[in-house]
Amino acid sequence: MGVVILLVGLVVSTTVVAVGAAIAVAFTFLWVRDISRRRGLTDVVAVEPETSEESEDEAEHPTSHELYSRSVFLELSTLGLGGVVGGLVSVPALGFMLAPSFLKQGVKDTDVGPVDGFPLNKFVVATYTSDPELGKVSRRAAFVRNNGMLGSQPSFAILSSRCVHLGCPVQPNGPTVGDEQQYQDVTLQTYLPSGFGCPCHGGQYDTEGNRTAGPPVRALDRYSFSVRKGHLFIGAPFSVSHVEGTGPDALIHKWTYAFPGQHVDGIESWLYPIQPPR
Amino acid sequence: MAKRNVSRYDRIMYPVDWIEERSGVVGAVKYFLFRKVPGDINWFQTLGSATLTAFIVQALTGVILAMYYDPSATGAYPSIQHITNDLFAGWLVRGMHRWGASMFIVLMFLHMGRVFLFGAYKYPRELNWIIGVLLLALGLAEGFTGYLLPWDQTAYWATTVGINLNGTAPFLGPFIAQFLQGGAFINGGTISRFYAIHMLVLPSVIGGLIAIHMYLVIRLGVTSPPWSKEAAGKGSLGKAPKKGGRSGLTRPRRRGGPNG
Repeated sequence: MGVVILLVGLVVSTTVVAVGAAIAVAFTFLWVRDISRRRGLTDVVAVEPETSEESEDEAEHPTSHELYSRSVFLELSTLGLGGVVGGLVSVPALGFMLAPSFLKQGVKDTDVGPVDGFPLNKFVVATYTSDPELGKVSRRAAFVRNNGMLGSQPSFAILSSRCVHLGCPVQPNGPTVGDEQQYQDVTLQTYLPSGFGCPCHGGQYDTEGNRTAGPPVRALDRYSFSVRKGHLFIGAPFSVSHVEGTGPDALIHKWTYAFPGQHVDGIESWLYPIQPPR
Repeated sequence: MAKRNVSRYDRIMYPVDWIEERSGVVGAVKYFLFRKVPGDINWFQTLGSATLTAFIVQALTGVILAMYYDPSATGAYPSIQHITNDLFAGWLVRGMHRWGASMFIVLMFLHMGRVFLFGAYKYPRELNWIIGVLLLALGLAEGFTGYLLPWDQTAYWATTVGINLNGTAPFLGPFIAQFLQGGAFINGGTISRFYAIHMLVLPSVIGGLIAIHMYLVIRLGVTSPPWSKEAAGKGSLGKAPKKGGRSGLTRPRRRGGPNG
């Protein structure tokens, strides 16, 4: 019953999942208790014959009792040695399998071309290779908007194209402007979007990346950036709960980068206390 | 001695006897195949064998596909194209594996539905139900890991969504997702990882569990349908069921009654 509610909850909502899981756990506990009680009834009869006199006898003649018989010793030592050998083999193998997934991945900065290639207040979809060693499979798209200057510093809004619902590629809702530009293996296409939409499950975002409709749980992720020798470099991604205001003065509520579908603020973020290093 | 009268049948059966004497395998096969079942079982009770057949088809076609498949970011898609378009009957074997996968899942659910509706999960078969649920979960995991392998757009994005779904699990979710991807995002390593899980880890576990599943079926026998007159004790089969033996497992007796 609980499992059914849990499965339904996977489709409906997390609250239902919690209720289903609680019922499942409660009934599993009751079931196990039920089983162990039945065993307990028969055990009680078997245990009763023990009397206090016997234990006194043992105390008087400790040498008459072997603590371990020879066969028990051999049995245990075989099991123990087997366990040690098994551990020696399996621990490094498991480490080899698991560790790389949890080590720092390292994010390389990518040069996406001269700052002049990014017109003021328009979005440019920059498609680039985030890790040349991995090749085409690491192609990423980012929505880059030149916000002009904030004081004496250049300001860019660089939104990730990964939907924060479940990671599908978000598309700009709007017409293209001009032709596609090329800088090394980076393609640059200017858009005039009214927002961004995801084709998979219908998540919608405004031009600051705030969710406006659909299942996403936070605003679109962003990339940090740097400008070196007149070139724009895309850096490490970070997550955003929401953005107040627009343009260079916007207040971005920034959080550690999280997988899509995870809340980064509010009570639901307590479900994800630790993030793997990146 | 040389003129001893040996029938042709005995002469043909001699190698079988030789093996039987040393292994008992003939008896084992008979025990496995020629079991006593209730008289009023019906076609719905063949769904389990159908599921097993679907799994065997998956295993065989999978082995053949593995001979030509290249689990790498640059090689996976071209090798699938090669299998489908160039190799003799490659389209057929790949099609059998691809559609057979859906068939396997559908049959598992139908089999599960039959067991549920017939009440065949009840005492003493609860453990077999639990093993069946594990098999269902592992079968779905096979589907998930196999879906990435064609390495086309559907495969890539469906797996992205699947991995991120895992990522939303509380507490360990992000680590599960990172482990499945084998890095910060899906890459060539993810394919080989999924490939290894798909063709080495899961099939072995499924095979082992199927063995236990079938052992329990043989040990506990087959249930009658819920409408069975025979099982209700008013059968029209002429003679009354014999006492003892395995009838207690196929015919529900009142527990705690005078005859136990």
